[in-house]
Amino acid sequence: MELIFEMSRPGRTAGSIAASDVPEVALDKIIDPALLRSEVDLPELSEVDIVRHYTRLSRRNFGVDMGFYPLGSCTMKYNPKVNENVASLDGFTSLHPYAPETFAQGNLQLLHELAASLSEICGMADFTLQPAAGAHGELTGVMVIKKHFEKKGQKRSTILIPDAAHGTNPASVALCGFQVATVRSNAEGGVDLGHLRELMSEDVAGLMLTNPNTLGLFERNIEEVAAIVHGKGGLLYCDGANANALVGVTRPGDLGFDIIQLNLHKTFSTPHGCGGPGSGPVGVKAHLVPFLPVPRVLKEGDRYRWSEEFPDSIGRIRSFYGNFNVMVKAYTYIRSIGAVGLKRVSENALLNANYIKERLRPWYQLAYDRACMHECVFTGERQVQESGVHTTDIAKRLLDYGFHPPTIYFPMIVREAIMIEPTETESKETLDEFCEAMISIAKEAKENPGLVKSAPLTTPVKRLDDVLAARKPDVCWTLC
Amino acid sequence: MAKPNPNDRKYTKEHEWAKIDEGNTVTMGITDHAQELLTDVVYVELPALGRKVRKMQPFAVVESVKSVSDIFAPVSGEVIEVNQALEATPELINKDAFGEGWIAKIKMDEPSELDSLMTAEGYEEHIGTNPH
Amino acid sequence: MDYVPHTPEEQIEMMKAIGIESLEALFADIPEKYRLKKLLELPPPLSEQEIWGHMSNLAARNRLPKATLMGAGAYHHYIPAVVGHMIDRSEFYTAYTPYQAEISQGILQAIYEYQTMITRLTGTKVANASMYDGATAMAEAAVLAAKTLGRSRLLLARSIHPEYRRVVKTYAWANGYDCTEIPYGASGQVDAEALRGLLDKTTAAVCVQSPNFFGVIEDVKPLADLVHGQQSLLVAGFTDATSLGILKPAGDAGADFIVGEGQGFGNPMNYGGPYLGILASTDAFMRKIPGRLVGATVDREGTRGYVLTLQTREQHIRREKATSNICSNEALCMLAAAVYLASLGKNLKKLAALNVWKANYLKNRLTALPGWKPLFSGPVYNEFALACPDARAANARLEAAGYTGGYALSKDYPELGGGILLCATEMLRREDMDCVADLLK
Repeated sequence: MELIFEMSRPGRTAGSIAASDVPEVALDKIIDPALLRSEVDLPELSEVDIVRHYTRLSRRNFGVDMGFYPLGSCTMKYNPKVNENVASLDGFTSLHPYAPETFAQGNLQLLHELAASLSEICGMADFTLQPAAGAHGELTGVMVIKKHFEKKGQKRSTILIPDAAHGTNPASVALCGFQVATVRSNAEGGVDLGHLRELMSEDVAGLMLTNPNTLGLFERNIEEVAAIVHGKGGLLYCDGANANALVGVTRPGDLGFDIIQLNLHKTFSTPHGCGGPGSGPVGVKAHLVPFLPVPRVLKEGDRYRWSEEFPDSIGRIRSFYGNFNVMVKAYTYIRSIGAVGLKRVSENALLNANYIKERLRPWYQLAYDRACMHECVFTGERQVQESGVHTTDIAKRLLDYGFHPPTIYFPMIVREAIMIEPTETESKETLDEFCEAMISIAKEAKENPGLVKSAPLTTPVKRLDDVLAARKPDVCWTLC
Repeated sequence: MAKPNPNDRKYTKEHEWAKIDEGNTVTMGITDHAQELLTDVVYVELPALGRKVRKMQPFAVVESVKSVSDIFAPVSGEVIEVNQALEATPELINKDAFGEGWIAKIKMDEPSELDSLMTAEGYEEHIGTNPH
Repeated sequence: MDYVPHTPEEQIEMMKAIGIESLEALFADIPEKYRLKKLLELPPPLSEQEIWGHMSNLAARNRLPKATLMGAGAYHHYIPAVVGHMIDRSEFYTAYTPYQAEISQGILQAIYEYQTMITRLTGTKVANASMYDGATAMAEAAVLAAKTLGRSRLLLARSIHPEYRRVVKTYAWANGYDCTEIPYGASGQVDAEALRGLLDKTTAAVCVQSPNFFGVIEDVKPLADLVHGQQSLLVAGFTDATSLGILKPAGDAGADFIVGEGQGFGNPMNYGGPYLGILASTDAFMRKIPGRLVGATVDREGTRGYVLTLQTREQHIRREKATSNICSNEALCMLAAAVYLASLGKNLKKLAALNVWKANYLKNRLTALPGWKPLFSGPVYNEFALACPDARAANARLEAAGYTGGYALSKDYPELGGGILLCATEMLRREDMDCVADLLK
């Protein structure tokens, strides 16, 4: 497809700039000409050029509205349309973040109520809504841990992370000046308690645990894990990326976690927009509330206001108040489905994942053969051994069947991993169609491995040369 | 299949080789077995000239599309030359790991350190039992 | 109301296939005592019609101002209709990060085009697919500079947005870096002599903003020369992205990182977010910068295509050694920015000029009032700081008349007394400005 720059024609314009109703002064009379640029090198297009270009691009893209998107660990559930309509109400989109509080009572009420709902859902004392994404929430949570020990006058150098964790966990910990120590998984896919005991000391600030973990398995020994960590004065952090498995059924706060970050763009149905915006609120137990970022919304009578009066706060981690418009959608979702709906979310997310697991287990090898939570992890090792077909080939072949592939090669402790998260919003027919496609590919891998290895055959481009892209990076277009 | 490991040099457990050039200088690189594990090398972060390194200290990085591997100094000493051809053509490591794909030359502090490295035969035994 | 499609019969059929008798059995791994015995205490669920009513009421509890005189990091600009229509294509807004390139060519190409637009506007060689916002973009650039140079001192111009400075300080605290502020001079620009005195071989990065928080345009070139004299790195920010339409790019002036808030490019103010952080740099940092990066390549048949590239920088591969922990970014806001820039094209310069004229007019009207005068002598874009008799009283009068007033500077700059920061974009009409001037008489 043509690049937008290749479509540019000198002199063409889309729309026009309003005429000035104030005196036009030569710019170099106001600003030193040495500080001014001569021209703006942007493409020149008509409005219809732009609409056709981006519409064509959109047709080369795959979203949840087009089909099943079982991308493990990403919770690609349906994004309700009413949420989008609500979020585009003028009252929510057009206020300046520094608008007087008297102008923003609706927004402040929404933020206050959302934090309260998330606290109830997670069993936490309070939430900050400032983090802009899940990883940003992790960073905020780790900063809270750092502050907690700073206030106690303790210096602890290390945070423990299981080997199955998302890469964001160790990266967040490192961005906060802590060392990472890796805890091994045991034979059933949980935390190796012996290893945890060995590593846990008074130099360890805490354990970051994803529960259910990235294998889609609930940490059965959670009570013992919490006891080991707390026993040495450490804090237990929950990466809530997989909270879709728990909502309405159990609460991380009750399980012994001190801190959790949620991903509103996963569990609470806000669309992911090709990579963002997300939102990563962080909830904490009462003893950690003073450390949350400022400002925080306070309710006084029936009025709401921003407050900076938290001297022990870690400070600010983003400008303004976070991704407000994303929060409007998550709030709408929680108000729409309520407590009953949230319970149905996790029940049906698990039902769907276990259904897929049972249907595919004769064809693909399970990484851990036990009941899964909201996602199931297979390994493609059987296919590699039998016919040299790798997980990436299976994923690419799924594109020809019209499905978005699962997450692959993650978690890293499973070779040739295939991680399937169907979410609760998919019907049985969709799950059956997907399973039939996976079964068909398993057969193709045996009978015609060349076909699977040459997939995809039906997409606008075939497999792309990512080695070339990394060796000779071409990250911005120049006219040759 | 990886190319045979030449007998004219010594090997580390982390898959580096070191070959005496003249006097106290060694040329080092990674083995053909290592480049096979790495798959297509897309970028090499070379050490700075003049950098002092200790034996088995990470001092360079080799990247493929989906992995990053530290390269360890096989001996202690000073980096006196780096293979600048790798900046534009990192694939030399895939094509000729024992020759044109060399990474750096190190002037040794303690030539006897070489004695503690493995012979080709020892290295083959090592990768036979520890393929990764 | 919920979004689960299963009928009870289907659920039973699926439970049979799994070999369980109740949904409760799915949670067998969760110790019994931890399972909730009752429903969460949340307000009752609402039908679509009810939720629409509830949310409309909540939105109506907000009061929409007649006009906004506030800039200070978020800017009220006109958004062409085409922007909303394009980002509302659900192929874009309901997609995840483009991990599967063959079915994500749409967004990948759009990111590549955006990267190109940003490198052209900032005078750089590489721009990522967005950070969370301008403040975190600055913080991450400063941390990267410190990690790259192995130095631990950051210098922040006091004329940088106060919230940005606080975000940088939070990140610096977490990493054990020291932050020192660089004072501003009478022009409102960085005091270059003071900077010279503060700079030393332990300085990793110097952060400035142009236009800065006072709206004043900095002369970046001499600052870059000073900074590079100590082999330190210059992080040059900007406040309103539309200023790039007329200002010489900081990349051309020698900045190592250009960071700033991209909201002005086609994104509504949204009470503070989502916005997008712009982050651009030189070739030297291509393999180090945080965030997603798209590269052009070819497929097996030689067709041009795009992939996420140089991923070894990122957390999912490098884990604790990654340059940043960023994963999700602000892709849809970035797409809005790209469509906006395509729509404006060379008109971005006209739009920026209009902003200068509007601010010039408002400034002239207000400084004609007794007790109102400019705080600084430096040139400004669409914001300016004034000394006035009583900033809080002025804002109260504006608020009562239905305007979002200016930013009272005393909280963050006690040394500026009752100063006020005001902004006039193309959205502020002359009659509003005249009315404001009358109100403040």
